Amino acid sequence: MYPIVHREEMSGGGVVLNEIHAPQIASRAKPGQFVILQANETGERIPLTMADTDPQAGTITVIYQVVGASTQLFKGLEVGKGYDDVVGPLGRPTHIEKVGTVLCVGGGTGVAVLHPITRAFRQAGNRVIGVIGARTRDLLILEDRMRAVTDELHVCTDDGSCGHHGFVTDVVKIILADRTVNQAVAIGPVPMMKFVCAITREADVPTMVSLNPIMVDGTGMCGGCRVSVGGENKFACVDGPEFDGHKVDFDQLMQRLTAYRADEKRSQETHACSLGQPGPAASDT
Amino acid sequence: MEKNTQTWALPRQAMPEQDPQVRRANFREVPLGYSDRAAVMEAKRCLQCKKPSCVQGCPVEVDIPGFIRQIAQSDFDEATRIIWRTNSLPAVCGRVCPQEIQCEGACILAKRGGEAVAIGNLERFVADRAREAQMQDLPEVAEPTGKKVAVVGSGPSGLTVAGDLVVRGHEVTVFEAFHKPGGVLVYGIPEFRLPKGIVSSEVAMLERLGVRIACNQVVGRTVLVDELFEQGFDAVYIGVGAGLPTFLNIPGENLIGILSANEYLTRANLMKAYLFPEYDTPIARGRDVVVLGAGNVAMDAARTALRLGAETVRIVYRRSRTEMPARAAEIHHAEQEGVEMFLLSNPVRFCGDEQGRLTGMDCIRMELGEPDASGRRRPVPVQGSEFHLDCDLAIVAVGAGANPLLTGSTEGLKLNRWGYIVIDEESGKTSRRGVWAGGDIVTGAATVILAMGAGRIAANSMHTYLTLGW
Repeated sequence: MYPIVHREEMSGGGVVLNEIHAPQIASRAKPGQFVILQANETGERIPLTMADTDPQAGTITVIYQVVGASTQLFKGLEVGKGYDDVVGPLGRPTHIEKVGTVLCVGGGTGVAVLHPITRAFRQAGNRVIGVIGARTRDLLILEDRMRAVTDELHVCTDDGSCGHHGFVTDVVKIILADRTVNQAVAIGPVPMMKFVCAITREADVPTMVSLNPIMVDGTGMCGGCRVSVGGENKFACVDGPEFDGHKVDFDQLMQRLTAYRADEKRSQETHACSLGQPGPAASDT
Repeated sequence: MEKNTQTWALPRQAMPEQDPQVRRANFREVPLGYSDRAAVMEAKRCLQCKKPSCVQGCPVEVDIPGFIRQIAQSDFDEATRIIWRTNSLPAVCGRVCPQEIQCEGACILAKRGGEAVAIGNLERFVADRAREAQMQDLPEVAEPTGKKVAVVGSGPSGLTVAGDLVVRGHEVTVFEAFHKPGGVLVYGIPEFRLPKGIVSSEVAMLERLGVRIACNQVVGRTVLVDELFEQGFDAVYIGVGAGLPTFLNIPGENLIGILSANEYLTRANLMKAYLFPEYDTPIARGRDVVVLGAGNVAMDAARTALRLGAETVRIVYRRSRTEMPARAAEIHHAEQEGVEMFLLSNPVRFCGDEQGRLTGMDCIRMELGEPDASGRRRPVPVQGSEFHLDCDLAIVAVGAGANPLLTGSTEGLKLNRWGYIVIDEESGKTSRRGVWAGGDIVTGAATVILAMGAGRIAANSMHTYLTLGW
């Protein structure tokens, strides 16, 4: 078992942080890499990019949004309990170098993945501008941690409850209009990455995105995570999860993410029934 | 053995099977196994040849006449011990080996125009019986040598190496990337052909012998081969399988509803998606399913699709029946259950709807031309013969390539131009001192027993190295 040593709920319980004891992975993981977690024998293998690692303490941190049956199951795991299986670190680490000014854009739980990458770019001597967003103030995560690893941080909410009233793309446009940015990183919901990339493409700023398609093994064996990058099929698990955002076919990726939508709904209903609770919004806390 | 000369002319004992119309709707094993009586009868057909060609036909050289003689005398425990001497996975081999081109193909009865002794069925009988009787006598383990061996991959070749070396007194750790050991035996071969309980029981026997199984270890990511040596391992065996699925590279291949056989079978077998939603992993259930390719994996995928409720399942293959790489028995089983064969047909493009879901496939008829490099007649398209097949699920089973995860992270391993590891055939040695390899990562996609044979050769060489040096 891989025990949970620390647990936090964010966004009113819709987002959960788990710090997990996995010393082997912690000692080796680099920003941008992911793990696959399985709660128990009947559970699904869920890939999550790591939000942090602590090699000294032997822990890794993942932050996930509770969206389906499996993440609901994860949410039920308290400190002291843990995951039957955690495997990693998988995927290629982020290519970090000193390029000048780096723009790091994150949305939703993508901010969790963005955080260690942002920190690494800053540690490499770059000037780092952060832009993070969420639908509303309560759903915003890791604002303080992002502030600590950026030279300036812009916060946006769709409803204006915090920071800039609008999308991260608005702020990205403003920044790119009057500043020199050498590299951008965009991590979040697929539509967000798509629109950020559309803007940075026009401004001719190389942009890296981190993808989280459907996958089973995470070692290149199943091919379920294939994404079209520059017209070529790439496996997110071994060739990624990071790709040149200007070459990714985001529309296809969005479609492929819906492959099991009907099953996910059914699974969620089954789990809700077995918990004797009314529906997907039910929680174990 | 005078008695046998009277009995060899008896007909081969048929293996009872689940009725095709019943079994196409369940995941239980298809062949039901021999009764004691049938096994003894079948064993008595063996001529007990002085120079048994069946043994030469076996990649791990099981003493076939030896164990069959014991069955004929109803000493099933002794038969088990004889098999265990050379084969640590008999319940698996009895089920999935292509006996018709190996031991049974070499059987003198077959060569004389009769029916070969059912060696595979007998091996399975003995192994199942020992398991059910919870036979505890383990093969003898030699005094500890103090040497440590790392086996990378817990598929058939890795488990063979582990079994062979642990009984010689070496300390063996098997590294498995998945959360369960067994490799292709667990994620690839379906329950109805190889029940997973059998694999876990054969693995459990190796554990009782002292083999340590470490799961969730992706060598090349979680730990590197170089680090294994730093951790004190004296020798490393690489048996990671082929791994990378091959796609057709035709338009529309990323539509929803098109997946590799690897993905489809892994969901069904390893993740038990056929029990969804009791198990959380979902699987695509098609009404009209096409399977592209005609090997054993294609048959497994086709038969799984039937069991998941498909109305039609079609194997689409660009060559003719004679070139189909699957075992005859697998093709037969598939056809019995209702799988249709669309031969001399090649997919040209996939078609989908606005949601990006598969709706059909355009194909073209093929005819066989001159033989190609593989010696098989090359299929060539027939001009103007395009046709359309409606389908909502397509499973691509046209082979696999070399997975670079381990080889790409290990210095000094010579690879061929396809990325497979180059070894010395006599010993299984790679170009790197202390490292051996075998199975699909050397040969490309092949069979369980060939991988086991490669493991056997490597284990012998590793033992020599560990006791005498490279």
